Amino acid sequence: MSLLAEVTGSLGPIGYGLAAIGPGIGIGIIFGNGVQAIARQPEAYGVIRQNMLLGFALAEALALIGFVAPFVLK
Amino acid sequence: MFGSVVVPADGGCHLLSGCGFPAPSADIFNWPVLATFHLFGIEFHITKPVVLMMIGTALIMAFFLIAGAKSKLVPSRFQSLGEIGYTFVRDQISREVIGKDGDKYVPLLVSLFFFVWVLNLFSVIPGAQFPVTSKFAFPVALALMVWVTYMVLGMKKQGPIKFFTNMMFPPGLPKPIYLILAPIELLSNVFVRPFTLAVRLFANMFAGHLLITIFSIGAWYLLSPSVIGAIGSTASFAMTVALTGFEMFIQFLQAFIFTLLTAVYIGGSLHAEH
Repeated sequence: MSLLAEVTGSLGPIGYGLAAIGPGIGIGIIFGNGVQAIARQPEAYGVIRQNMLLGFALAEALALIGFVAPFVLK
Repeated sequence: MFGSVVVPADGGCHLLSGCGFPAPSADIFNWPVLATFHLFGIEFHITKPVVLMMIGTALIMAFFLIAGAKSKLVPSRFQSLGEIGYTFVRDQISREVIGKDGDKYVPLLVSLFFFVWVLNLFSVIPGAQFPVTSKFAFPVALALMVWVTYMVLGMKKQGPIKFFTNMMFPPGLPKPIYLILAPIELLSNVFVRPFTLAVRLFANMFAGHLLITIFSIGAWYLLSPSVIGAIGSTASFAMTVALTGFEMFIQFLQAFIFTLLTAVYIGGSLHAEH
């Protein structure tokens, strides 16, 4: 079988780019809906912000694992 | 700040001097060993992050010892500063997440918050300029401590077997779902939690430090007698300043999130099916 295409160099950055898509969308949804919730119910700011940050932290963890993976699995 | 990035002896690695961009790698996080000592047959190395951690610990201890030394009903300036820090963690994190019965754990949360924050803050303090938490061992040790705390607490408050069954079988779901849910819950509560807790803090600080380093090396590298050099160097330096501000926000946020998640885990151990 002949070689059709070849990728050389580090694939890590491409992997990170792919890994960042999902959390990017997720974080956008979390903060978008969080701001909307605060606008609708400003008195619930404390609870909403706390849950917003919690969701943000969980979604962000995925992107960060993607960021660390290229360094670890060289 | 440049860490161990190799710069030619004459200091001239610039855009038009026929020298490629000296991009920083993960090597800038490896510091030379300052001292070694042996304990129980294990060789311990003291490096810059360890020294910074000791300074940070001493600073926090000194701050709270002075703030709480002669506490009065009408607080002095220093005491009210300490009280602001304490009540911030208590009201914004502990009371919001755990409730009133979480007050017992506020000292732990306050220590964790300030420890993580000060260690992060070293990233932007001139002279130190290294976020201690970007060495993986520090977040791992902290996350392990949190893990032991909420596991032991859960087993104590809910019973050693009940703790796991409560965790794996949240009530009010159709029976077949437990087949999938139980192992997922066990995996996420016992193994994934400490892992993500450590990786989140570490990766944020690691990425932030790398980002600032890249732009400051960029500003140095682009410094050359040419139009693109002048514009690029200025822009890169401006980015360094802007990113430093952004990093200060991230440092605070990460310390906050670390403490918040600790509170959530402790709260989950105190109250079942939560």
